[in-house]
Amino acid sequence: MKFTSLLATAAMALGLATGAMAQDKTKVGFVYVGPVGDGGWTYEHNKGRLAVEEHFGDKVETVFVESVPEGPDAERVMTQMALEGADLIFTTSFGYMDPTINVAKKFPKVKFEHATGYKTAPNVSVYSARFYEGRAVQGTIAGRMTKSNVVGYIGSYPIPEVIRGINSAFIHARKVNPDVQFKIVWAYTWFDPAKEADAAKVLIEQGADVILQHTDSTAPQAAAQAAGNVITFGQASDMSEYAPMPRVSSIIDNWAPYYIARTQAVMDGSWATVNTWDGIGAGMVGIGEISDAVPAEVKAEALALKDAIASGSYHPFTGPLKKQDGSDWLAEGETADDGTLAGMNFYVEGIEGDIPN
Amino acid sequence: MDLSAINPVLLVASLMVAATPLLLAAIGELVVERAGVLNLGVEGMMIVGAISGFAIAVETGSPWLGFIGAAVGGAILSLLFVVLTQVALANQVASGLALTLFGLGLSALMGQSYVGIKPPAMGKLDIPVLSDLPVVGPILFSHDLVLYLGIALTGAVWWMLKYSRAGLILRAVGENHDAAHALGYKVIRIRVMAIMFGGACAGLGGAYISLIRVPQWTEGMTAGVGWIALALVVFASWKPWRALLGAYLFGGVTVIQLNLQAAGVAIPVEYLAMSPYVITILVLVILSADKSSAPASLGRTFHASH
Repeated sequence: MKFTSLLATAAMALGLATGAMAQDKTKVGFVYVGPVGDGGWTYEHNKGRLAVEEHFGDKVETVFVESVPEGPDAERVMTQMALEGADLIFTTSFGYMDPTINVAKKFPKVKFEHATGYKTAPNVSVYSARFYEGRAVQGTIAGRMTKSNVVGYIGSYPIPEVIRGINSAFIHARKVNPDVQFKIVWAYTWFDPAKEADAAKVLIEQGADVILQHTDSTAPQAAAQAAGNVITFGQASDMSEYAPMPRVSSIIDNWAPYYIARTQAVMDGSWATVNTWDGIGAGMVGIGEISDAVPAEVKAEALALKDAIASGSYHPFTGPLKKQDGSDWLAEGETADDGTLAGMNFYVEGIEGDIPN
Repeated sequence: MDLSAINPVLLVASLMVAATPLLLAAIGELVVERAGVLNLGVEGMMIVGAISGFAIAVETGSPWLGFIGAAVGGAILSLLFVVLTQVALANQVASGLALTLFGLGLSALMGQSYVGIKPPAMGKLDIPVLSDLPVVGPILFSHDLVLYLGIALTGAVWWMLKYSRAGLILRAVGENHDAAHALGYKVIRIRVMAIMFGGACAGLGGAYISLIRVPQWTEGMTAGVGWIALALVVFASWKPWRALLGAYLFGGVTVIQLNLQAAGVAIPVEYLAMSPYVITILVLVILSADKSSAPASLGRTFHASH
C-alpha cells in the first residue's frame, strides 16, 4: 500500500518535472450531498460516475464521498480530494457553490465542475439540467389527473431551481385545468425520508391527490402508495419500483454523457470553463415511462408536449405570463431568457403563498 | 389561508405516529441514564435497528419478526458499548459517539441490497365499532400495535422505576454506584442489562421509521432522531411520562407546522421549521423547574476497587 502510493507520488513528481509526461490515470472525484443509495438525485450522479469508469476503464480512477453536508465540511472534503491528486472534481449540490469556488482558488491546476450553481472561475465550470422542462410535462399530467384539483408540492429549499420547477409545473397544470390549486410545503432538506414522508402525508390529508416532490428520497412515493389513490412522479431518478401506481412518470437526470465528455476533455487538455444547461432535447433530462394508470389521451398530450420542448418549438415559459403580484412578466409569445430563469425568485400568477427568504 | 383544510382528527392521529420512534428511543435511553450510564450512541443503535428490522421483515415476510430482529440488533450493537465502557472502562461520551458513527456505517453496509424494496405492511388495529367511532376511532383505536407498545412501555417503565424493587435497585445504582455496590448489588450486571434494554428500545424506534413511518430503507434515514431523543431525556428530567409528553409535543409541532405550511398560513416558514425544537424545549424546561436533577452517578465509570 505504502509502496504504491510512494510510487504514485514519485510518478506525479516526475510528471510535474518533465511537464510533457502524461499521467497514467486521470483521477476524478465526486462530492455527493446524500447517500448513493438514496434512489434519487445522488443515485443518478453515482450512475454517471460508474459510466465514466466503464467508459475509460483503466485510464481513469474515480473517488467519491457521500452525505457531505453543504457548508464547511464540503470544503474540507474537496480540499482532501484535491490533495490526493484528483484532476477533476464534480461537486453535485447547489449548496457546494461557495466551497467549490474557495477550494478552486487554492488549487488552480485542478478542474472543478459544480452542479446547479451559477458561479464560474477559470478552473470552475457549472452544469445543470433544465429540469423545468420535465416539470412542464409533469404539470400537464398532474392537471389532467387530479380529481380534487389540489396538487401537493414538496419543496426542498427556496432556491431558483426549485421555484422554476414549481412555476413550470403550475403553469402547465393550469393550462389544462383552470381550477387546479398548488399546496406547497418546504421541507428544508434535500434528504430526510421521515420528514419527506410526513410532508407527503400532510398534503394528502389536506386533499392533494397528486404529489410532486423536489426532495431526493422515495419516501413520498411510499406515503402516496399507502394512501392509495394518489399519484406521484419519480424525482431525479426513475423510481420505477413504485410504478405503475403511485408513480406514473418521472424526471430522470442523465449525467453520464456529460461526465464522460468532461473527463475526456481533461485527458485531452482541452478542458475550458463552460456553462452547460441542457434539457430534454440534449438528453440530459429524461421523461420516465408514463404508466398505464394515465389515460391514453393524457399520455399522448404529455408526450406531444415533451416532443415540442425537445425540438425547441415550444418553451415552457412562453407568454403571456404574469407574476404572482399581477405585474406583467412575459408578453404574448415572448419566452423567458436564461438569466431570468437562472435567478428566478418569484411565483407566477395564481400560486398562493409566499416564497420564504 | 385555509385552516379548514386541516383535519384535526387526522392531525392528532399522524402526530402520534411521528412521535413514536422518538418516544421508544427516549424511554430506552431514560432507563440507561437512570442506571447512571450516558450512552450517546442512540442514533447508531436506531439506524442499525432500522435496517435489522427491515431486512428481517423483508426476508421472513413478517413485520413482527422484523421488530423483534430490530430489538435484538439494537441490543447487540449496545453490547459493543458495554464492552467498551463496562469492561474496558473507556470514556462513555467518546464510546457513545463512536457507537453512533459505527452504527451509521454498519447500517449502510447491511442495507446495500435493501434499497428500493418494499417491506411487508404492518396490520393496524381494527376493532369493530370502536375503530369506526367518529373522532375517537381514528385517534385511539386505528393505529399499528407498535404505537400502543410505545405507550405501554412508558407506563411499564414508570411503574418499574417508581414502585418495583428492581426499579429501586436500578435507581440506587444510578444515584450512587459505590453505595449500591457496598450493599451487594451487582452494579456492572445491572448496568449491562439497562444498556441492552436501551439498545433494544432504540432498535425498535429505528424499525418503526423503516417499517411503518416511511416505510422503506434508505441510508441515514433516522436523520438525527436519536440525538433529539437524547435531549428529550434531559429536558424530561428523567421522568417517563414527561418523555412521552415531550415526544408527542415534538411530533405534534412537527406535523402541525407542515399542516400550517400546506394550508398557507402567513407565518414565515423559517419560524415554523424551528418551532418543534423551541416549543418542546420551552415546555419541558418550565416543567423541570422543580427539584428533579440528573442521576448523581451519570456518566461516571464504576470500578469495584474504587
